[in-house]
Amino acid sequence: MAKVHVTTTINGEPMEFLCEPSDTMLDALRGTLNLTGSKEGCASGDCGACSITLDDRLVCSCLMLAVESEGHEIRTIEGMAQGDKLHPLQQKFLEMAALQCGICTSGMLVASDALLKKNPDPSEEEVRFWLAGNLCRCTGYDKIVRAVMETAAEMRAQ
Amino acid sequence: MNLVTNNKWIGQRTIRPDGMDKVTGRAQFAADTTMPGMIWGKVLRSPHPHARIRSINTAKAEALPGVKAVVTSKDIVDFPIEKGAVMLGIQDMRWMCRNVMARDKALFPGHPVAAVAATTEAIAAEACKLIEVDYEVLPWSIEIDDALKPDAAILHEFNKFDGKPSNIAGRLEHKKGDIAEGFKKADVIIERTFTTRPVHQGYIEPHACLISVAPDGKTTIWSSSQGQFMVRAMTSMLTGIPQSDIRAIPAEIGGGFGGKTIVYLEPLATLLAKKSGRPVKMVMTREEVMRATGPTSGSKSTVKIGATKDGKITAAHGTFYLQAGAFPGSPIRGAAGCSFTPYDIPNLLSEGFDVCSNRSKVAAYRAPGAPIGAYAVECVLDEVAERLKMDPLDFRLKNAAREGTKAAHGPVFPRIGYVETVEAAKASPHYAAPLGDGQGKLRGRGVASGFWFNAGGESSAQVNITEDGNVVVTTGHPDIGGSRAGIANICAELLGIDYRRVSVIIGDTQTVGFSNLTGGSRVLFASSMVVTQSTEKIIQTLRERAAKIWEIDPEAVKWEDGAAHPVSPNAGQFEPLTLQQLAEKAPAMGGPIGAGVQLNTQGADGGFGTHVCDVEIDVDLGIARVIRYTAVQDVGRAIHPGYVEGQLQGGVAQGIGWALNEEYIYTKEGKVDNPGFLDYRMPVCSDLPMLDCIMVEIPNPKHPQGVKGVGEVPLVPVMAAVANAIYNALGKRFYALPMSPPKVLEVLEAPTQQAAE
Repeated sequence: MAKVHVTTTINGEPMEFLCEPSDTMLDALRGTLNLTGSKEGCASGDCGACSITLDDRLVCSCLMLAVESEGHEIRTIEGMAQGDKLHPLQQKFLEMAALQCGICTSGMLVASDALLKKNPDPSEEEVRFWLAGNLCRCTGYDKIVRAVMETAAEMRAQ
Repeated sequence: MNLVTNNKWIGQRTIRPDGMDKVTGRAQFAADTTMPGMIWGKVLRSPHPHARIRSINTAKAEALPGVKAVVTSKDIVDFPIEKGAVMLGIQDMRWMCRNVMARDKALFPGHPVAAVAATTEAIAAEACKLIEVDYEVLPWSIEIDDALKPDAAILHEFNKFDGKPSNIAGRLEHKKGDIAEGFKKADVIIERTFTTRPVHQGYIEPHACLISVAPDGKTTIWSSSQGQFMVRAMTSMLTGIPQSDIRAIPAEIGGGFGGKTIVYLEPLATLLAKKSGRPVKMVMTREEVMRATGPTSGSKSTVKIGATKDGKITAAHGTFYLQAGAFPGSPIRGAAGCSFTPYDIPNLLSEGFDVCSNRSKVAAYRAPGAPIGAYAVECVLDEVAERLKMDPLDFRLKNAAREGTKAAHGPVFPRIGYVETVEAAKASPHYAAPLGDGQGKLRGRGVASGFWFNAGGESSAQVNITEDGNVVVTTGHPDIGGSRAGIANICAELLGIDYRRVSVIIGDTQTVGFSNLTGGSRVLFASSMVVTQSTEKIIQTLRERAAKIWEIDPEAVKWEDGAAHPVSPNAGQFEPLTLQQLAEKAPAMGGPIGAGVQLNTQGADGGFGTHVCDVEIDVDLGIARVIRYTAVQDVGRAIHPGYVEGQLQGGVAQGIGWALNEEYIYTKEGKVDNPGFLDYRMPVCSDLPMLDCIMVEIPNPKHPQGVKGVGEVPLVPVMAAVANAIYNALGKRFYALPMSPPKVLEVLEAPTQQAAE
């Protein structure tokens, strides 16, 4: 089967790649583009470990075809820090031990960032429902929710 | 005891050494690894729960363009059953060689029967479909009761129990006193039977590996596991490649909880790589994880407890039947050995039965067996306390094990912290708070306690001082939950330097001495012991070097705040020599500074916890929600409180899932019907409240920093705490897990009867 040529933007940079029509965006990111920060936990959109944004909309990259990124803007965990400066969420996750094994962390951070862009002052309940698509089996979510709330408060204060 | 107090780093919430990689997506997990020339492996799995394999024809698969190698059980080293057990740790290689690839019989749906390596994953999957397997389908059983029927299909004909072929693969008992006499003295006796369903460890990262075998046999394995040395040893035994030719490199591990303490893919990928001459990568799908790895046992337990009117337990009898899955080895030791251990019971019989059935072989899951036993015991205790009209925590205090109590599984307890956990739970703001108004929903509160053995065992460390005066610590245990952070804190504390100057590395099998699995709540206990001893040797070297420079006796030099100082003005007046200064002088002063220690560590004390749980039940929908939770645990010493709390919170969340929703559901064809995260319902963020922790610190006197294992205890009491809370809310008790909405509704709609009575 002939491969498809895709022109897109990933983390602010223009990108071109070839993929099978059936490849998911997660396949393209992890395979062709070697951006392995997005993880595959289920391939069915249930765990959120592969969360990315497509034109600022939070999506599971395992549920999106790679060809659908044509002409759109993709953001992944690799684009979250600015050079050597961490995003406040990344910093707070480190300071508050909001990660244990780390496999869900990329997806949690991308999803949390998308939340704070949409709602800079979320209640605990809003954080919990927004992150309900991101499974974590290690932390019990407590420290993650606290880290997101605290980051939001600090970002609002700035 | 040389306990460090007034610490700078021990007890601090430092930033973990591997954190930056994990928040930026740089950390390399097994499935992130690639290699030039790499091809893909896939596994063909049995569709049948039980079938004799008459023949396998791989010719068509081998002829498919792109296919580079096919392996079947003929390629795997056989450990014949009749020759007796071949143990590696707690695993018998006779079962392991048959679990990674079915030999004469497929024993569960998902059991591997062949594996293929091809240039793409799609071709490998296609080739699997071309393999022809001639199965003779056999009768099967999934549930314990079915496996124990007189006419049940026997999985392993050689296995005898009471002289007859049986699916009971083993029995153990712990005994103390005389239970018949003990029950005679009791005023209240309650006996109940409980069942639990198998639940999966549910790590988010599926099993994965990448393996290269050079033509000379030198093999490199990158894989996700709880022990690179276990991977090396098992792969060696199952492929015949000597251990010295295998380098097992631990990738970052995306959760394990016991489920990654055995191999599934590594021997297959190694054989495919060897046959094809190409590096082979294998990654399980989530469905494969659910069908063919883990879970922990389902169970059927009967617990009988007798007590006098004044609240003293006089006797207890527990019978725990645990599912092993297709091969012997369910955690009966944890169920029979842990469940009564928080209590001083004079007359006790605790029995465990290991039952095979046509499910995937169980794997360890956080305090294996103990949560299953505790669920039954702690629910019966709740009933006894209620009958005696005693507060359930007071009842536990009255019967609590203490220093000097002889536990059923053997040891006489040293100073333990169980009583302190019950007292802390009782004094907690949670226990004192009123339940509040549920606005139409019913609320209840429950408590439960739990115990886990904890473990020591083999550990190795190497500590090296860099030429610029910083520190590299190498240990041999994969870091699942933050152990590197604890090690950095300890090493920095001992050397008196900033923790950021300590780099903590997980060594591979060829670069660090043997270190046993990350499991059993043993890693920080064991690794900090060898790191401490290595660091102490370095400090000794540093003192000797300073003494040489100052031309005084080494005994006249002390190490403090990251520098050598004269012990007193009498020793001489010298400016301190810092670690950095001594490192820079190293080439001229005796050479590199480093030390390694290898130990079979001893002295791990058991761990105890007591939990308080509030639930709220929507009586229209049958949904039980945990609305407040407090986990109290004796953690020995919290080296990094953030990650200790994380262990407690994570265990509680898993327990809430086990209590309320998680279970393996089977089709009538004997196949798992919910092999994905959508239908295997683990708790998500919106299912849970904040999870409060109270860390009681009774230091372990046999450890330099007082460490006790903390990772397993937090799961042990949870199901019972939730069940007791639900009873408190409804006035009706559940004798089966999970207490999912349909089952809660069923109980609510049976107004006069107690559930399962």
